[in-house]
Amino acid sequence: MATLTVEVKRLADVKAPAGFAERVLAQAGVADSYAVFDTVLGQVYVAWNRLGVSAAMRSKSAAEFEVWFRKDIGRPLVRVAPPAELAAKIEDQLEGKRRLRFDLRGLTPFSQAVLHKTMEIRRGEVRPYGWVAREIGHPAAVRAVGTALANNPIPYFIPCHRVVRSDGVIGNYGGGGPEAKKNILSLEGVQLARLQRLAQSGYRYEGIKSTKIFCFPTCYHGRRAREENFVFFHDEAEARGAGYRPCKDCRPAVAS
Amino acid sequence: MEGTERVFERMVRDNQDRVYAVSFALTGNRHDAEEVAQDTFIRAYKALQTYPPERVRELKQRAWLHQIAVNVVRNRVRGVRPRLVELNGSEPSRASGPEEDVIRKLEVDALAARVACLPPRYREAVVLRHIHELSYAEAAEALGQPVGTVKANVHRGLKMLRGDEDNGHIDG
Repeated sequence: MATLTVEVKRLADVKAPAGFAERVLAQAGVADSYAVFDTVLGQVYVAWNRLGVSAAMRSKSAAEFEVWFRKDIGRPLVRVAPPAELAAKIEDQLEGKRRLRFDLRGLTPFSQAVLHKTMEIRRGEVRPYGWVAREIGHPAAVRAVGTALANNPIPYFIPCHRVVRSDGVIGNYGGGGPEAKKNILSLEGVQLARLQRLAQSGYRYEGIKSTKIFCFPTCYHGRRAREENFVFFHDEAEARGAGYRPCKDCRPAVAS
Repeated sequence: MEGTERVFERMVRDNQDRVYAVSFALTGNRHDAEEVAQDTFIRAYKALQTYPPERVRELKQRAWLHQIAVNVVRNRVRGVRPRLVELNGSEPSRASGPEEDVIRKLEVDALAARVACLPPRYREAVVLRHIHELSYAEAAEALGQPVGTVKANVHRGLKMLRGDEDNGHIDG
């Protein structure tokens, strides 16, 4: 009896296999899964859970990505083989053909508002930081918008690169510095040289003579006009004074 | 919501070995053990989400998880018979450790397979009482049986394990 119960007790010392806790947490949706994907931007580490994509980084290694994720997002993370359908979705997303769902839990409501607003900016267009601040109802919080965008956990996917300084300087970019930001914007079809030439001359808006509407220089509606039909304005008062009204799509000023 | 997730993460990390070991002892092989252990935690998580905070705080996690694991195994058995592993080193061991580790693992596997050959009611009782050292009261609660029944089942289960079951009928 004694020896048998001693022997049987060895079964209590069995250890769960490696990674077991992480697999359980991922299945319950408490941990995020992640994999590395080859994209147009190179290798990107992407994390997701049942609510959507939660993080993306061009980390140098899996270890670096895990450390960053743990610090920034705080949930456990499980590496998995990249699912083929997600790879296709990511490709579509980066080409602007699709909107993935995102999980922004854990960010402040302000940061979430900034990122949601940023998602509305179309591919090929840019907006100033001040525009985001005004649109989300905090017109004075321009610097806070910059901070929220700098801490965007899902760059490339949530296009924080489409928010730029109004003086034409391509602002900072968490996803690889100003050069990376320029590259991505060019890739998306933004005419950077024109944009910067305008900004350096102090022009903030472009008006179209035929419609008497003024827009941000990258606005979709302005792209159809010929170059000789543009007029440029330094500020809202100048545009309104010339009889132009703000575009209702890119909203360079509150329409009145 | 966030709170439940934290509680659950801790619960999984603190109890993963224990729950896996129970599942292993109850099913007799590592493959089923992982499935049962996973199901146990997923069920626990679903339940936690519906519990009010004070119930979560007062929960006796250890006993509660044992109870869920027992139920998961019972439900599986109702569906499909558990895979019986032959005693003589069937399952190819994928362990890559030193030789003693492999041998020990095989021994433990054989032991688990022996326990798994017990009829369910004896197996459950022996696993909870003698492998996981629950008190008779705790084991009775986890199994949903009277203490006396559990005591009797433990006794018979051990007797069978020792090989006395060759005597055929066990009376009493």
